Amino acid sequence: MIIVEGKPLPEIVSMLAPFRRVFVLGCGTCATVCLAGGEKEAREMAEALLLYRQQQGEPLEVKVAVVERQCERELLDSTRREIEEADAVLSLSCGIGVQCLNSYYPQKVALPAINTKFLGYPERLGVWQENCRACGDCLLDYTLGICPITRCAKSLQNGPCGGSKEGKCEISAEVPCAWQQIIERWEKHGTERFPEIRPPRDWSAGAAGGPKTVVKGDVAFAERE
Amino acid sequence: MQNGSKFEKLLNFGKFVVTAELGPPKSADLSIIRRHGECLKGYVDAINVTDNQTAVVRASSLACAVELKSMGLEPIVQVTCRDRNRIALQSDMLGAVGLGIHNILCLSGDHEKFGNEPGAKGVYDLDSIQLLGVASGMKEGRLCGGDKLDGPADIFLGAVENPFADPLNYRILRLRKKVEAGARFIQTQCVFDIELFEKWMEGIRKLGLHERTKILAGLTPVKSARAACYMKEKVPGIVIPDKIIERVARAKDQKEEGINICVETIERLREIEGIAGIHIMAIAWEGVVPTLVERAGLM
Repeated sequence: MIIVEGKPLPEIVSMLAPFRRVFVLGCGTCATVCLAGGEKEAREMAEALLLYRQQQGEPLEVKVAVVERQCERELLDSTRREIEEADAVLSLSCGIGVQCLNSYYPQKVALPAINTKFLGYPERLGVWQENCRACGDCLLDYTLGICPITRCAKSLQNGPCGGSKEGKCEISAEVPCAWQQIIERWEKHGTERFPEIRPPRDWSAGAAGGPKTVVKGDVAFAERE
Repeated sequence: MQNGSKFEKLLNFGKFVVTAELGPPKSADLSIIRRHGECLKGYVDAINVTDNQTAVVRASSLACAVELKSMGLEPIVQVTCRDRNRIALQSDMLGAVGLGIHNILCLSGDHEKFGNEPGAKGVYDLDSIQLLGVASGMKEGRLCGGDKLDGPADIFLGAVENPFADPLNYRILRLRKKVEAGARFIQTQCVFDIELFEKWMEGIRKLGLHERTKILAGLTPVKSARAACYMKEKVPGIVIPDKIIERVARAKDQKEEGINICVETIERLREIEGIAGIHIMAIAWEGVVPTLVERAGLM
């Protein structure tokens, strides 16, 4: 899922300064699991904004709702009226939700209440871990399920660097060495792929290639028809 | 083009070589490189110039190597994967060879987190093994992406290995990958644990890697017990046994004891089959190199 984290309140208050009618919109999927943009957080955000404006003696009208996912137009449309009535939408979703809102409701301004951190999963209660860099050319078959692009601080593909110590990464004793983990996976499953030399990657499959679109030919064609 | 690497010729000739490491200045004044170069003249066969080591911004490795070259010294340019993508790396290597600097040492680089620009975007487009492969291709006139160079680049390619890093039992295989990718000389992380190093070399010999690449054992003289503790705790990849630190701490003259330990280590290293030389990393203590070389009888 997409791991997110709330922005500091002063930053949000400052970006909302020009607006009187604000629609606080939570997101029911990733942001909810991240305890940053679910129903509870959306209500708390609305209350905090009201309190702040009250103290400043500036008027504010707030409405609150949560949609299942802000990244799908059909789901956003369930709150069409609130979006249209507001001066600004404060989105408690990842950057994708914010961009979706701005794109589907171009006459409105949607602003981010949240920072999008990375792709990952909840490792334990209150802790979320980065697992995927969306490189566009998955190599988890080679490493048996541990992503060296993400989990190795240097994205090394041919084994650990010289800074690995007692299973930990050189950047922090809190970070496990991904290559130590990969080697343990190989040993556990009796596969030994260490001697292979992995050639330079084509990063253009992922973040390096400029903005990308995935087109599923038959479906996209049917839609055009 | 010039006559290729002098350093390579010495190694092939079978000389037990000595290399030393110089760190470029944190300023645009390169005179310190000339001063240090002058002091190393006649004592070392080649001089490594580090590439923004520990991710601290310094004058460029290539620029400082050019200074050394102009003094008649033999530089080894260090190139890390941290700061440059394959376009810049290949371009810099071509430039280096064009300026008569043929010795190129490929490293991943210390993580940007350690330096004075912790907000920098680490590049790591290639890893060190891939960089070696790319440079090997350039020796045959081929770029990483497959395009042809107008002429091959005469590079003497080196790499590093840390025999003391975890997972220990994979360090020899990792070196083999580097050799297969084209490393013709290896400079190791500094040796404090000689027994462990001897065991590592045994593994290297078993695979015959010492016959395919020239292995230079790394050395760092410690100035004091405190400095040793700092290195052990803070510098990635350095392993110093407690008995070494205790020995320095007990000594009346800690600097002198640091030199003694180094000279003894050199003597042990010279007896190991497959060691082609030593590489002295005396950062911030460059002046000690001539003393070490003299005392170890390596002149």
